[in-house]
Order: sequence, then C-alpha cells, then structure tokens
Amino acid sequence: MQVRFGLIAGAACLVAMPAMAQNTKPNDAQIAHIAYTAGALDVEAGKQALAISKNPEIRAFAEQMVKDHSAVNDQALALVKKLKVTPEDNATSKALSAQAAAKRAELARLTGAAFDKAYVANEIAFHKTVNGALSTTLIPSASNGELKSLLQTGLKLFEGHQLHAEHTAKAAN
Amino acid sequence: MARTAVWRAALGVIAFAMISIAPASAVPAVKQITLGAMSVSPMQLTVKTGETVEWINKDVVDHTSTEKKAAIWNVSIAPGKSAKVVMKKAGTFDYYCRYHPNMVAKVIVR
Repeated sequence: MQVRFGLIAGAACLVAMPAMAQNTKPNDAQIAHIAYTAGALDVEAGKQALAISKNPEIRAFAEQMVKDHSAVNDQALALVKKLKVTPEDNATSKALSAQAAAKRAELARLTGAAFDKAYVANEIAFHKTVNGALSTTLIPSASNGELKSLLQTGLKLFEGHQLHAEHTAKAAN
Repeated sequence: MARTAVWRAALGVIAFAMISIAPASAVPAVKQITLGAMSVSPMQLTVKTGETVEWINKDVVDHTSTEKKAAIWNVSIAPGKSAKVVMKKAGTFDYYCRYHPNMVAKVIVR
C-alpha cells in the first residue's frame, strides 16, 4: 500500500462514506480492502511523522501507530488468505487513498509545532471516521464470522488510538 | 526385618515429599489477567496483600498495565509476553493501557 495517509473527518464523511452508502452494502472482499487500506494509510502517516517531527510525544505515538497497524494488517492478510478472499479495490478505498494523498502533501509543507499539531489533529479525525465506518457499515455488513470478529477487535484498537491521540494532543501542547 | 526396613524407607520418602510440598502452599498466589482482542479479562480482580498479579498479552500489539492515579505500577507487555506485579498495598486500583486508554480495569487488594 503506497498511498500515504491524510484523511480528515469532514472530507471522509463527504467523500468516503457516501461512496459506501450509495451502493448496496460492501461485500467481504471490499470490506477487507477498506479495513486494510485504513490501516496502511495510518502506517504511512506515522512514517511521515517520524520523518518530520522531533517532539518525543508525537514520535512515540507515531511509532505506536506504525507498529500496531502493521501488526493488525499482517493479521488481516493472514485471515483473508485463510478464507481465500482476495481484497477488492472499491470506491471507498479509492476515496480514502485520494484524500490521504492530498493531506500528505499538505502536511509535508509543515514543520515543527505546526506539523505536530496538524498531524495529531488529523489522527484524531481519521480514527473517529474509521470508527464510524466500522461500527455503522463495515461490521454490520461483514458476513464471515472471523472477518467480523477481526473488525470488532479493529474497532476497539481504533477507539484506543483515538483516545491516545487525544491524550497526545494535550501532552504535546 | 528387611521388609520393615523397606516400609520405613518408603514412609520416610513420603514424609519428606509432604514436607517438601508444604511450603509451596505458603507462597502467595499468582492471579492472572488476560489482555486479548483489545479487552481485559477479568475486568475486576480481587487479591490479597502480597499476592502477585500477572498480565498475559495475547494480542499482536504492545500493551501496558498502568495504575491510573499515581502510576503505582506501570509495566509494558509485548505481544505473547506477560508481566507480574506484587500487590503490596491494600486498596482499589484502577489501571489502563497507556497505548489503548479504552482498555480499563480494576484490581482490589484486601
């Protein structure tokens, strides 16, 4: 997944969520692709933060995002292989990736405290958006029990990250 | 005569084994808590002062067990690993994972 992260909640709601809502519910192959994409985008965001930020709080958070999402995406890949499901690219994944590219370019122009503030604000918004998509669309639409279970664990992970991002924002200020 | 000696020796071995086992029951217990699927189980655990609590991380991500008020304990637990803390002080202690602050639970020490 080469696309760098940079989604903000408003953009995601306007672009990504309607892409799912307009169609019938996503199938398991599409759900797997969306969930994997969300994780991979946050890994890329973390790598960008590690390349730019010098703030220890921000760096620790970014390192954790890279580690956590890489580990969970490895788990997701193992599961789709076991289920013989090939993740299927779709409008939502494309929208997430496009927004990510735009946000990445925006963040790349920032340095120091301005970058740190924008990065962590974006992390809060991103995790909030993914939490919404997981609980209202992806989890209810998943038909395979194991995939649903992994998504439910993924939701708890993203909720944890959102809270951690909020704590990091306070600590970094 | 020889048979009596054998019986005495056997009884001696059994008595020694019982004595050897006895002190083990006096060692404070280790009570376990599982961190898995981004959840804590059990969410509330009661132990006696001096007992040990062991957190076992069954997730693929790092966790911590961090006492909330004053970080009386703060241990990192890598995936597949565990960490132990001896509960020395009585009280009710809320703790959480610093990396995933939605993972919260309680240890009651009596």
